[in-house]
Order: sequence, then C-alpha cells, then structure tokens
Amino acid sequence: MNINIFFLLEQLLNGVQFGVMLFLISAGLTLVFGIMNLINLAHGVLYMLGAYICASVIQASGSFLVGVAAAIVGSLAAGIVIELVTFRPLYRRTHLDQVLVTFGLTLFFNELVRIIWGPTALYAAVPAALSGQIDILPGAPYPTYRLVIIGTGILAAVFLYALVSYTRIGMLIRAGASNRVMVEALGVNIKLLYTFIFGLGAALAALAGALAGPILAIESGMGNGMLILALVVIVIGGIGSIRGAFIASILVGTVDTLGRTMLRPLFATFLSQATADQAGPAIASMLIYLLMAFILFFRPQGLFPPRIR
Amino acid sequence: MQSRTVVAAVIFTALALVPSVATALNQSFYIDVGIRILIFAIAALSLDLILGYGGMVSFGHAAFLGIGAYAVGILAYFGVHNGLAQFVAAIVVSTLAALFIGAVSVRTTGVYFIMTTLAFGQMLYFLAVSMSKFGGDDGMNISSTSDFGGWLDLHNPIVLYYTCFCFLLGFAVFSDRLVGSRFGMVLRAIHMNEQRAVAIGVGSFRYKLTAFVISGAMCGVSGALLANQALFVSPAIMHWTRSGEILIMVILGGIGTLFGPIIGAVVYLLLESTLSRITEHWEIILGPFLIIVVLFAHRGMLGWIAERRRAPTK
Amino acid sequence: MNGKLLAALSALCLMSSTSYGADTVKIGLITTLSGPGGVMGRNHRDGANLALEQLGGKIGNLKGEIIYADDEQKPDVGRQAAEQMVKQDKVDFVTGVIFSNVLLALYRPVIDSGAIMVGASGGPHEVAGEMCSPNFFSASWQNDQAPEAMGKYMTDQKIQSVFLMAPNFAAGRDMLAGFKRYYKGKIVAELYTNLNQPDYQAELSQIRFAKPKAVFVFYPGGLGIQFIKQYAQAGLQKDFPLYSVYTQNETTLPAIGAAANGNFETGFWSPDLKNPANVAFVKAFRAKYGYMPADYAASSYDAVNLIDSAVKAVNGDLSDKKGMIAAIKQAKIHSVRGDLKFNNNHFPIENFYLFKIVKAADGSYIRKEESVVLANHGDSYASKCPMK
Repeated sequence: MNINIFFLLEQLLNGVQFGVMLFLISAGLTLVFGIMNLINLAHGVLYMLGAYICASVIQASGSFLVGVAAAIVGSLAAGIVIELVTFRPLYRRTHLDQVLVTFGLTLFFNELVRIIWGPTALYAAVPAALSGQIDILPGAPYPTYRLVIIGTGILAAVFLYALVSYTRIGMLIRAGASNRVMVEALGVNIKLLYTFIFGLGAALAALAGALAGPILAIESGMGNGMLILALVVIVIGGIGSIRGAFIASILVGTVDTLGRTMLRPLFATFLSQATADQAGPAIASMLIYLLMAFILFFRPQGLFPPRIR
Repeated sequence: MQSRTVVAAVIFTALALVPSVATALNQSFYIDVGIRILIFAIAALSLDLILGYGGMVSFGHAAFLGIGAYAVGILAYFGVHNGLAQFVAAIVVSTLAALFIGAVSVRTTGVYFIMTTLAFGQMLYFLAVSMSKFGGDDGMNISSTSDFGGWLDLHNPIVLYYTCFCFLLGFAVFSDRLVGSRFGMVLRAIHMNEQRAVAIGVGSFRYKLTAFVISGAMCGVSGALLANQALFVSPAIMHWTRSGEILIMVILGGIGTLFGPIIGAVVYLLLESTLSRITEHWEIILGPFLIIVVLFAHRGMLGWIAERRRAPTK
Repeated sequence: MNGKLLAALSALCLMSSTSYGADTVKIGLITTLSGPGGVMGRNHRDGANLALEQLGGKIGNLKGEIIYADDEQKPDVGRQAAEQMVKQDKVDFVTGVIFSNVLLALYRPVIDSGAIMVGASGGPHEVAGEMCSPNFFSASWQNDQAPEAMGKYMTDQKIQSVFLMAPNFAAGRDMLAGFKRYYKGKIVAELYTNLNQPDYQAELSQIRFAKPKAVFVFYPGGLGIQFIKQYAQAGLQKDFPLYSVYTQNETTLPAIGAAANGNFETGFWSPDLKNPANVAFVKAFRAKYGYMPADYAASSYDAVNLIDSAVKAVNGDLSDKKGMIAAIKQAKIHSVRGDLKFNNNHFPIENFYLFKIVKAADGSYIRKEESVVLANHGDSYASKCPMK
C-alpha cells in the first residue's frame, strides 16, 4: 500500500465526513444531557426515524428535499411526544433510571420500526444531481454527496454556534448548562426551554439519519451503534458543550478512519506483516475507546467542561 | 429480615425443583432455559453488589461474562479441558481485568463511571472480534464441557443445572454476609455520602475497588458456566446491549436487595423465552414493561412486593 | 406460595409445548430475516413455502410443517434458535441458514440431535472437510466454488491484477481463498472489513490509490447494496471493473440497478437458466411473491424437494434416518439448477456459470447466462472428509 499525501488527505476528508455525521447526533445529546441532566439512550432512535421517514417520503414523492424535510418534521414531532410523555417525569430521577427508561424506549421504537417498515433493510437512492464526483484536487475525485454532507454538517454547526452565542434562547441555553436551578429561579419557563432543546436535538439527529439513508442500509437498530459513538463524543468533548461536541466529533471521526486505514501499513513498517494484519485492525477498532479512556484519565470532565456546576 | 429469608427460601426451593418439573413434563428444553436463568442470576447478583451497595452503575459488566467464557473457550482450544484449571483461569483473568478497569473507572463518578465502564466493555468486545484465531466475529465452538474428572459431568444438563444452582446459592449467601459485614457497611456509607465517609477516615477508593473486583470475579464465574451451557462463545456475549440486559435484571428485581436480581433474571429470561414464542416483536412489550417498572416500582419487583406486604399491616 | 409457583411453571411449560402426532413432518427453517441480510432470508422462506405448496402441503405423504426462526445474522442467536428447534419443537429436518458463521455455530447441536440438515446457503469449508457428517447436506454450494469459477474466468481474461475485498467472517475468508486458488494474476491487496461495518468509503479510497486492473468482492445481500452504491458514488465503476460472487444478484439488483450494468458474477444458478424445472419455478415464484427469486430461493426450493424425496423413499418412516440420508444422496429431484449430484461430503457437484448483468426488456436488471466456467465442479475439501 503506497501511502502518499493525497491518500492521507482523502482519508482525512473521509474522517471529517464521518465526524460531521457524529456531530449532528451528538449536538442534541450533549445539550439534553448538559442542560436537563438527562442521559437519553433513545437519541439513536431519532436518527433511525429520520432515515426511515426520509426514505419512505422519497419513495412516495420522488424528491430528496421533501424527504429530508419530512424526516426533520416527523422526528421533531416524535421527539416532542417522547419528551412530554416519558421525560417530564424522568428529569428528577437518577441517571440509572434514565438509562433504563430510555433503553426501554429504544427497544420499543426499534421494534415498532420493524413492525411498520418490516425487518428487511431499506435503501434510499442518492439524488441524481448529487450522484457524481467533484475533483477536490486534480485527479482526486470525491463523491459529491459526501461533500454535501460535510457542508450541511458545518452549516448546522455554524447555525448552532450563532444560536447559542447571539440569541436570547442561546443565552438561556448557556445559562441552563452552567446553572439550571438559577435559571429556573429567575422565572424562565424551563419546561418550554427543555421541550425546545429536545426538539432541536431531535431535528438534528433526524437530519443525520436522512443524510445517511442514501449511503447506508436503513434498518432497525441502526441508531444503536451511532448512539454509543455519540456518547463517546460528548464525554470527550465535555457534557453540555456544543464546541466540545464539534471538536470531539471530528476527532473521533478522523481517528477512527485513519486508524482503520493507516494502522495496518504503519505497523507493517516495524512488525512482521502477519502481526500487523492481526494487530492493525484490532487496535483500530478499539482506538476511539482508548482515546476516550486516555482523555478521561487526564481530563475527567472532557476537553471542554462546562464552567460552573 | 424475616420476610427476606422467606423470599430467599421460596426462590431457591422453586429453582431447585425446575429439573424435576421439566423432566416430568418431558420438556428437557426448560432445563436449558433454567441453566441460563441461573447463570444470568449470578451475573445480575454480582452487578447488584456494586450497583446496589456501592452505587456504581457498571455499563460494561458483560465484559466479565465474556472473559469467563473466553477463558474456558481458549483453554479448550488449546486442549486444556481440566475444569479446575478453566475455572481458576476464568476467576484470575476476570479479577485482574476488574482490578485494572476498576482502578481507572472507580475514581470517576456518575455518568463518567457509566461511560468509562462502557468504554472498557467495548474495548474488550472489539478485542474479541479481532481475535481471529479464536473465531473473531464468528465466535468459536467449544468441543466439550469443563472436565472435573468422573464426579461432575457437566455435559449432563441436570448436573450442570445443579452446579449453577450451587454457585448461585453460594454467591448469594456470600454476598449477603458481605454486605452485612463491616466492609459492606463502609461500602454503603460511601455510597450514601462519600465526602462524609472520607472525612471520617475511610479510604473510599480501596473499598469501592475491592467491591468492583469481587463483583467482576463473580461475573467471570458466570461466564465460565455460560460457556459450558452454550458450548459456544462469540463476542456478542460482551456486547453493550448484554450489559444493559444485566442492568435490567437488577432493576426489574430490585436494586440493592441481592435476591431481587435473581427474580429479575428469572422474569426477564422467562419473558424473553415465552414472549418470543408468542410474537417475534416481543421487545415492543418488553420496552414499555421496563419503563413502567422503573417509573412506578421504585425498588423493583421485590421492593414492590415488600411494600404491598407491609401496607395492610400498617 | 411454593405450590403456586410450581403450578405457574408447569402451566408455562404446557403452554409452549404442543403435541404432534408422528404423521407430521416438521422442518425447521433458520434464516436471516432482519437487517441487511433480510432480503436473502425472505428468499429462503418464500422458496421453501412455494415448494411445500406445490407438494400440496405434504412432505412425503405426511403433513408438512415449516417452523421459522430468525437468526438476526448473529451466530449465538442462530445457535439458540437451533437448540430450541431440535429440543423443544423436535423438528425432523433443519434447513435454511444464510450465513456461514451462523451455520458453524449451530451445526453441532443440530447434527448431534440426530436431525437431518439440508443447508440452503452458506457452505463453510470446515463442514465440507473435517467436520462433514452423514446428517448434513448442502443444497446450495461450498463457499469456495463460485469464486473459484471467477478466479478461473479472470485468469482466462488475462486480467493482470485484482484488489480483493470481503467482510471478515467465515464465508468472506472462504470466498477469497477460493478465488486465489484459481486466479493466477497479481493480488494487489486483500482487504477484510468488519461484518457489521456500514460505510466502506475509507476502503474505497484505498482501491483508487492501489490502481488495480479490476476489483473482486463478496458482499452478500444488503451489504452488497451498500457496497455497490458507495462504489458507484465514489466513481470507481469506470476505472475499476467490478467482479463478484453472491453480490450482484436478484436480491441487490432492484436497488443497485444501473450501477451494476455490464458487471460479471459467477454462480450456480440464475433465473435466466433455461432448464424446464427452472423456467416453471421462476414463473410460479414471480406470480406468487411478485419479485424475482435469487440463489437462496432456488436452493431453499430444492432443499424442501430433497427432504420430500427422502420422506417418500422411506414411506414416511421418519425413524429411518439411514434410508432418508441415502435417498437425499441420490438427488432424485428435478433441481432448478439442472444436473445435481452429491459428492462424498454431501456437498453438490454442479455447474458454475458466468453471468453478465444486463437490462431486461421490462427495464429491470437480470443476471444473463453467458457461459459455463466450471462444469460439474466439486469442491476442494471433499478429500478431507472421511465419508466415502
């Protein structure tokens, strides 16, 4: 395997694309966790719902954009219902109770999706206009659709940054992440704020799911793996921090991708090929968890911990 | 205390009768179901020890189940079928792993503890996936059960059943003593108020770590038993959802009750095996059931029963 | 309290044990019905159902019943399902099983129970070799066979270098081993991906930089849909022609369509085979289920017919295992693949064809028969099987 700088750049781009997807899921998770102090294992469900709704609506309407819009609206509605019905009584409970209730929700929705859409995986087509490639460097074509994903993710990050930094609601979010009780004492309608934040997170997760549809298989439980990665991201980034979630997402995305493609040839330079073939993929699959344990060991509150607690 | 003893006696008597009932009904399959229940009861019991009494929400406990099972599987792969060697290996390796994982994670609290144990669980899961010599993702068949000489033929389901039964009984009694001992008191004191415990001169880390290691070793034994029941081991045994299932069993039965998790394992696995016969979509029933138990029965089923029993007398 | 528990327990046992007379033949069909493998499992189920229906609901002259279980593509789940089938349902035959790793996990419990198994998909080399058993037949293939044909074809075409990719599990490793056995050109790289990996973009970048003359892959069912869609999106199709086994077939073509046009695939069967049994089968299958059958439906259909021939041969005496095994070995059915013979290891000796993906008159894509690459081809592990 010849490793050159272009190859490295392309793999970095692949990592960023994966990272951006992670960010869209982690953003809502970290806000809900940071502000409402709620571990929501059912967040992956919203990603899955986004993918399913988008694929069905594309099939019915033939339009990708309509599909994405429907996915966001549908998951938003599902998210708000979930919040009102099961989370309201859950905010004051222990983390353990939250883990179990949201785990139960995950089981329920994964099965519901199997009943509605069948157990077999669904597949969505890439919109024709985005199905080609663009030369990012001369002679280095890259799938247009994946560039669109990167662009959308960065736009979402900028939007969130602007929302949190420059709007009144953003101020409340920041205040809530620092000191929840004080915000409530100041007479802010905290319940409404919670519902808004939860809906925002649901919409972003649905966007990620809708975007993933044309690349991946849409199946029940597809959110589970992403949820675990998103949890890793928010813990590395610091719970409640959008900036932390963004940086950690890109970090996890690139480390995972580079690990998968680079470790084996790297190990082969100083180990025997057979050992490298074994150790390379082994370490690569554990890499982000090693990264997380390492970061938590030195910074137990993650890279960007909320300032006051 | 009195009612606890009664509950325990009822549970163990009922469990002891399962093989006779199954044989009488000519449904030997239920002995297999029973064995799985007993094994997961041990795992749930071990988790309750740290969860219920030390407040440590381990979300990676299935890792120890996997270590125990792989210890048996890997030794069998190399032709070591001696049961004593296999079980000692399972205990030693899971103890060492718990010591290491605990040393890192016990320092953290709350959600960071949950996430750190999850991370270690995932690492071990992927380690198993990448061990291609031992089947990798596909898992490995184990050629025969642990060999304890002539006097304990684990290949016979009834013998295996009662072996698991004795392990469970032994661990339950041991755990009961342990939480009643000075060690258990300190552990609970730390759980209730760590700062206060530290202030009165208790090294909380040492106590929590010891509990974590005991729990890990116990769970390792259940893994070794599981390898004997399934004669197959694959990374799926330590998938994070398996850790979640063990947590569910503890919560279902009643956290911090020791006998609750046993009931939790019985209920969960019976639900799984009966509901899955009725409908393939059994998780759509299990999910809401779980939510209701957590939201409305604060201390699990055992706690719920206890409250019912107490209510009329007062 | 104690009595109540006991009563509840016995009620539970009774509830799930249904008694059957000896006049029912029970066939357990374990397959993958959920996730990306689900498209293949659906073929298994429908192929078996069609066969049973055409037999008038009878196996031999007894009432036939098929019991289903979903292995979810997980070895441990498959093994548990198999144990439940042989111990609780007490099935006489087991069939199905898409994934070789699932087969390896449930093989022992099924064989040890005395049930006869007629596999309808994955054929791992272990089962064809040292682990072979009189009680096991494969109505499908040994994993190495189809890629051997592709290896031979690509060598004949003088394709000088090839990049190999497959998921890292039992069948993936067998497929690449089979390919390498017959391919004489240069192997640029041999890459295994995680079986549950959803995205191959990082690996696709590696292909571009490795610059092979062609790419050979094995990504069955839904994995294939993901892989080929991503392959086309990355624009690799025009520079690196794609060759495959069990990847570009009727389970994936409706979803990948034009992306696969002109590509090649080798295999033992396609709906395009012109023998009378097959023409009738494809017609009946499409009429009943409304989609084009793939290899798995064909082998599942044959498997049930083989089981029927066995029960007929012993006049319904299900305790005569030896007689039934001998009857299956004769392969006295009109197989939809044309000629079928069983090797000493109970794996098939059959033709392996070259198929080209072309657009049919109705606008759909099909695997058109081009030529026979390996005729009456047995597998490479039969000699390791002690059975004669």
